[in-house]
Amino acid sequence: MVAETQPTGEKPKKPQDNRVGKPSFLRRYVSQVGIVGVGLAMWLAFVIAAPQVFTNQNIYIAFAQTTPQFGIIAIALTFVVITGEMDLSFPSIMALGTAVFCLLAQGGLAWPLALVAAFGTGALCGWINGTLVAWLNIPSLVITIGTSFLFRGLELVMMDGTGVPLTAQEYPEMHAIFRSSPFGIPVQTLWMIIILIGAWFLLNRSRFGAHVFLVGDNPTSARLMGINAVSVKTRAFMLVGVMATFSGLMTSIYGFYFWPTTGEGFLLNTIASVFLGGTSVFGGTGSVAGTFFASYIIGAINAGVVAAGINAFYTQLAFGLVIVVSVVLQTLIDRRMKRQSLTGR
Amino acid sequence: MTQTTTPPGTPVIELRNVSKTFGEVRSLSGVDFAVYPGEIVGLLGDNGAGKSTLVKTVMGFHAPDPGGEIWFNGERIDDWSVARARDLGIETIYQERALCEKQPIWRNMFMGREPRTKWGLLDVARMRSESARLMSDHMGFTSAAVHPDNVVATMSGGEKQGVAITRALYFDANLVILDEPTVGLSLTETKKTLDFVSGIKTAGKSAIFIDHNIFHVYPVVDRLYVLDRGKVAGIYQKSEISMDDLIERLYHVARTGSLN
Repeated sequence: MVAETQPTGEKPKKPQDNRVGKPSFLRRYVSQVGIVGVGLAMWLAFVIAAPQVFTNQNIYIAFAQTTPQFGIIAIALTFVVITGEMDLSFPSIMALGTAVFCLLAQGGLAWPLALVAAFGTGALCGWINGTLVAWLNIPSLVITIGTSFLFRGLELVMMDGTGVPLTAQEYPEMHAIFRSSPFGIPVQTLWMIIILIGAWFLLNRSRFGAHVFLVGDNPTSARLMGINAVSVKTRAFMLVGVMATFSGLMTSIYGFYFWPTTGEGFLLNTIASVFLGGTSVFGGTGSVAGTFFASYIIGAINAGVVAAGINAFYTQLAFGLVIVVSVVLQTLIDRRMKRQSLTGR
Repeated sequence: MTQTTTPPGTPVIELRNVSKTFGEVRSLSGVDFAVYPGEIVGLLGDNGAGKSTLVKTVMGFHAPDPGGEIWFNGERIDDWSVARARDLGIETIYQERALCEKQPIWRNMFMGREPRTKWGLLDVARMRSESARLMSDHMGFTSAAVHPDNVVATMSGGEKQGVAITRALYFDANLVILDEPTVGLSLTETKKTLDFVSGIKTAGKSAIFIDHNIFHVYPVVDRLYVLDRGKVAGIYQKSEISMDDLIERLYHVARTGSLN
């Protein structure tokens, strides 16, 4: 199943004459091509293993509803990872943002205002993370473990450990926003596509996005050229905070109930999506489209392994296999491409 | 110490009584420094004399300690920053080159000053085409297979320096600062860089040129500052001092810490 990602057929061309040569399509988008290849190979394997399940649309609907719950955060997390940082606190922000919504809505506040307050809470959590990381220069891996407990603890105290029912009768608009199926397409996936497009423009066609790459690549150089690295990193963390809240609300509405434990079990899926999508842990390179496809691959393993009639205990094994093999392969192909670009000139 | 004729006019950039302390270390103490229009100023001094700190203060990367003043074209400026300095036409070619190696050339070329379309989006098409034009016009890349989308990590030292120089050139700087630009360059690359410095003067612009190698500095500059242990140890017009004399005095400074 991994053979799909080998760069067969499309060899990088040498420039015919001495003119300025452009890197080949494959060389530039190697990890994206790889990830789509892995996804297609996996899908084919599932269809062969359980054709009756995978030719039925129900499985696709189920997985189009649940994958965006972590995929949306993964898209935002891609920005933070490209700046060379990591955020481990987003599962707690999912819960805290949603808790703020539930408490305010229960207290009689109109739902749009409660929604704004929830997003504000997420942004504030991200701002706290970003400020501690970028301004005080604390390693993000360390400090976001701390803020993770902080946000979760605050939420548990606020909710007194109890959940809140979120019925369609009580919150019809919220259900329309987060749980409907316009034209038969699960709205969760529509949101994920909208957020992907927005994130793509933000990363590739805005100054902020350009600075995200530069700060992650070489923070000193970026600062020497007048880029405010603290502000760039803080904004990236705020994006994760807002998207975590979005996902927390979406997840809770999907289950008709806000659990105080919301977000638990999201950490590894989300981070795996970012890395599987070809974003480098070293910062400076990455792609939101890669994260998008990788999220669906991670989501498909969950749904697919069970649906294919394989014992559910194999899910984690399949996860591990796909992630390890894909990342190793990406690294190998990437190296080979780099060497070719070095000697090919 | 001779401080005779300074050029006429208002300095492009002037530091008055600038000190800079990092914790226990005092990198600059009470430095007065000025660059006049159309002038190439050389900055000489041993390792740790404060050359890089001085340049990074001029550039807005370091803020001077309280009491120090920065003047631009006769106007005192309090909120000096890198973005401000670059807006006012000061560009630096750093010793460490200040490039992001995993990024394509076009991203490096416009680092921190990315052009935008009227919709507020990044003008990637223009960044690519301008980079391609600059590479062939100024960097002599026509014969090599270097594309604006190539990442900097794949380039040679001289090519990287070319990117850093072209970047400063593109933004039409009034004052170009070169922080040890010849380090790690081949003979021909060094010559190209020195020609570039001379070209700045021809274009009527100013430059600050820092280098360890006095044989590179002396021929292209108009005026020389000698720094020692964070202080200005001497200022010379090139016409006042021969190269041999200067070398003699630099040895003297290194041994005794004073020019006299």
